[in-house]
Amino acid sequence: MKKTMLRKPKGFVDVYVHKAGAEKDRTHYCPGCGHGILHKLIAEAMEDLDIVDDTILISPVGCSVFAYYYFDTGNFQAAHGRAPAVATATSRANPNKVVISYQGDGDLAAIGGNNIVQAANRGENIVVFFVNNAIYGMTGGQMAPTTLEGQVTTTTPYGRNVDTDGYPMRMCEVISQLTAPTYVERVSLHDAPHIRKTRAAVRKALQNAKERKGFQFVEVLSTCPSGWKMDPVKSMEWVKEKMLPLYPLGVYRDKGDEARVITRPVPVMDPAEVWKKLGISAEADVDFPRGDVADEYKKMSIRVAGFGGQGIMVTGQALASVALEYGYNVSWLPSYGPEMRGGTANCSVNIQDGTIGAAEAVKPTMLLAMNRPSLEKFEKTIVPGGTLIYNSTLIDIEPVRKDIKIFPVPITGIADDKLGNIRVQSLVNIGAYAAITGMFKVEDVVKLLPKLFKGKKQSIIDLNAKAVKAGFDYVKENF
Amino acid sequence: MARMLMKGNYAAVYGAAMAGCTAYYGYPITPASEVAESAAALFPKLGRTFVQAESEVAAINMVYGSAGSGQRVMTGSSGPGISLKMEGISYCAGAALPCVIVDIMRGGPGLGNIGPEQSDYNQVVKGGGHGNYRNIVLAPNSCQEMCDYTMLAFELADKYRTPVFVLTDGVIGQMMESVTIPEPVKELPDKSDYAVFGTPLNKNLVNSIYIDHDDLEEWNMVLHRKYQVIKEKEVMYEEYMMDDAEIVLVGYGSVSRVLRTVVDDARAKGIKMGLFRPITLFPFPANEIEAFPERGIKHVLTVELSTGQLVDDVNLALAGVIKSDLYFRLGGNVPSADEISDKISELYGEEK
Amino acid sequence: MTDAKYPRSEVNLDKCKGCGLCIAACPKKVLVFSPKLNSKGYHYAEYVGSGCVGCGNCFYNCPEPDAITVYLRNYDPEKEV
Repeated sequence: MKKTMLRKPKGFVDVYVHKAGAEKDRTHYCPGCGHGILHKLIAEAMEDLDIVDDTILISPVGCSVFAYYYFDTGNFQAAHGRAPAVATATSRANPNKVVISYQGDGDLAAIGGNNIVQAANRGENIVVFFVNNAIYGMTGGQMAPTTLEGQVTTTTPYGRNVDTDGYPMRMCEVISQLTAPTYVERVSLHDAPHIRKTRAAVRKALQNAKERKGFQFVEVLSTCPSGWKMDPVKSMEWVKEKMLPLYPLGVYRDKGDEARVITRPVPVMDPAEVWKKLGISAEADVDFPRGDVADEYKKMSIRVAGFGGQGIMVTGQALASVALEYGYNVSWLPSYGPEMRGGTANCSVNIQDGTIGAAEAVKPTMLLAMNRPSLEKFEKTIVPGGTLIYNSTLIDIEPVRKDIKIFPVPITGIADDKLGNIRVQSLVNIGAYAAITGMFKVEDVVKLLPKLFKGKKQSIIDLNAKAVKAGFDYVKENF
Repeated sequence: MARMLMKGNYAAVYGAAMAGCTAYYGYPITPASEVAESAAALFPKLGRTFVQAESEVAAINMVYGSAGSGQRVMTGSSGPGISLKMEGISYCAGAALPCVIVDIMRGGPGLGNIGPEQSDYNQVVKGGGHGNYRNIVLAPNSCQEMCDYTMLAFELADKYRTPVFVLTDGVIGQMMESVTIPEPVKELPDKSDYAVFGTPLNKNLVNSIYIDHDDLEEWNMVLHRKYQVIKEKEVMYEEYMMDDAEIVLVGYGSVSRVLRTVVDDARAKGIKMGLFRPITLFPFPANEIEAFPERGIKHVLTVELSTGQLVDDVNLALAGVIKSDLYFRLGGNVPSADEISDKISELYGEEK
Repeated sequence: MTDAKYPRSEVNLDKCKGCGLCIAACPKKVLVFSPKLNSKGYHYAEYVGSGCVGCGNCFYNCPEPDAITVYLRNYDPEKEV
């Protein structure tokens, strides 16, 4: 519908109720401030596009920290530079809404430099209005990343020196290097015709956002009469004379009809559906019936140790996984410290009824030593009366302890020679453990193999079934 | 079957999923990366949001945006990352936004190492960022508790509109135990009174700025009163063999498990020893510790993986009425039960 | 036509901050600084009473949301809600 009057747009609230103090009918901006001009263009576009009620605006830190005073939208106020991060999550939470990140140059290009680049790179479905006025306004006129060479600010009292302060940053050029952004344009507020062009850019960005067309970035060259210590009309001329040569206006990216429409999945919240999607069965857990376990094996604290690659961690996890199915409380703890990287590995497993205390098997009731350094290191830690299983294929020394039960088992040999695959040592271990302790039945372990080796080929599962049996049989036949 | 063998880091994410958490924003850091990894694995299956943020700071500010949008949201990290997140946590506290942060503590200061420490206690339990605020802090000591307390954390976060930490160390994060997955929540709280939805009827503002001095003081008092209510109502702790104990060990997280073994060993020798384990670190079970002398407790030994952060709170509660001692290990070293027993003999041996 | 009631620019004198951007942007030079001060102590802008062509420059150059209203040529108070 053709306008019959130009008046305060409906994108603004009637009364600025959030504004501190008594003056709730006018903005906090200084006379001639460019923020006010851009605010009006945004508010008008929101009204004309009928998106006021579907928009969420993120206010930054800077002079526009109080943008939320004015816009009749859902509003966030964000930490300095973080508006794109806040907008990211807000947009993900409300995928059908228009989310605006309104930012100044210090906020966007300095402290939030990474946040804006990364949000742009993800192609977040947000609109960024970037007000470049070459200075920090709110804090009293300090240097911004966009401050011009030679420009005097309170922190560049002798003028910006590019050798020490670097060069003015051109953000449209930076953002348009990325693949994801849909629309990137630099516009200016320095005179009426350019304000009309800015108006068109604002409307285009918001229209794109309404159609969920990804990342929109509009850089607006603006004025800061107070910070520049210049009257508002002269400020406009300064933009034209000083800023335009450095910050060329124009469209840096416009995917047009090529722009993808961003859609997000709908969260699954129904309890039954949640369990189904995660593969959790609502049926009660049924324990395997326990066999006869000697008293000495009813509370196990096991150290499994050897070289990396000998299946140390897998052995420990398999022990815990199988014991769990008999209704025991179990814990598995990988080793910390330099030996993790140095080629040797160990883990601790506890299996018992009742609450498990310390998780590390400092004084194990059983040591499963897969190589000589492990035997040398941990044999002395076994509790008196405890059990040692050691890999007699690789360990060429005799244990020294006389107060423990000792089971030399050629674990590597069984895996390599008998089964033809050195990688099944872990399940040979489980078989040997089952035979010694009576805690597991071979057929139960075999039943669990598809779960333990989820996603593995049937041939791997079959080979591991043989490994369990081989470990079990060796112990039964030799001890 | 709802029973699974899993790492504490995974259990926390299962707890979050069951609590109706719809978004995870994280950044990788050892030993907490598996929290993010498990969220990356589970959440897409449920149509929920997982984003690997560009930084810890970005992640927590995404949490702010998500929480302000009314979602149950979570992030996770470890010491150096938690330090970075303090900005956003302060903003969440200041805007009264509920969120859950899992901290799998590692060694510090600086880059430290990836071994287990409890040296984030002060920065997490005392607030950590700028301004007058506290986080509710839950300290699980098992994988099941990682799941259950993460779920509880979401309830508390919404109940009080405040950030809640699940604070543990690399031992609990990386160990595996049996975890029975709880049933998912059926209903989520209505947040339309404060959350921003971008609808005609919802023009809410999420904000932590109060430019007028009186307004900010008033808001701080609202927060302050909230923390007092939390102190009154939400204290959790566990006692083990405390009824006739003369020596009490105090510790949380992985240390409390070692202490349980110490107590078992001592009881086997006839020593009257017990374990007091704070589960909430804020609110701290100060009243319960203050009552130790009345219960006939003669000695209190705090054991922690930090140089005396927990013990400060213990001593504040005891107010010097009975002797309190401290034993700690650092740098990723966890004391063994025997090591602590020896220390106890050294400290209190002749009095036993 | 320039002495017709519409188009017409109207300055809300209490909300004007006297920045002068509207005056600079007006192609017909029909906005001027008032010699008077408003309640905030600004020399506010005012319409000289005739000559407005309804271009809207003053409205779009004005940073204050409702310091300026422009009634366009087709404005009809009878039809406004």
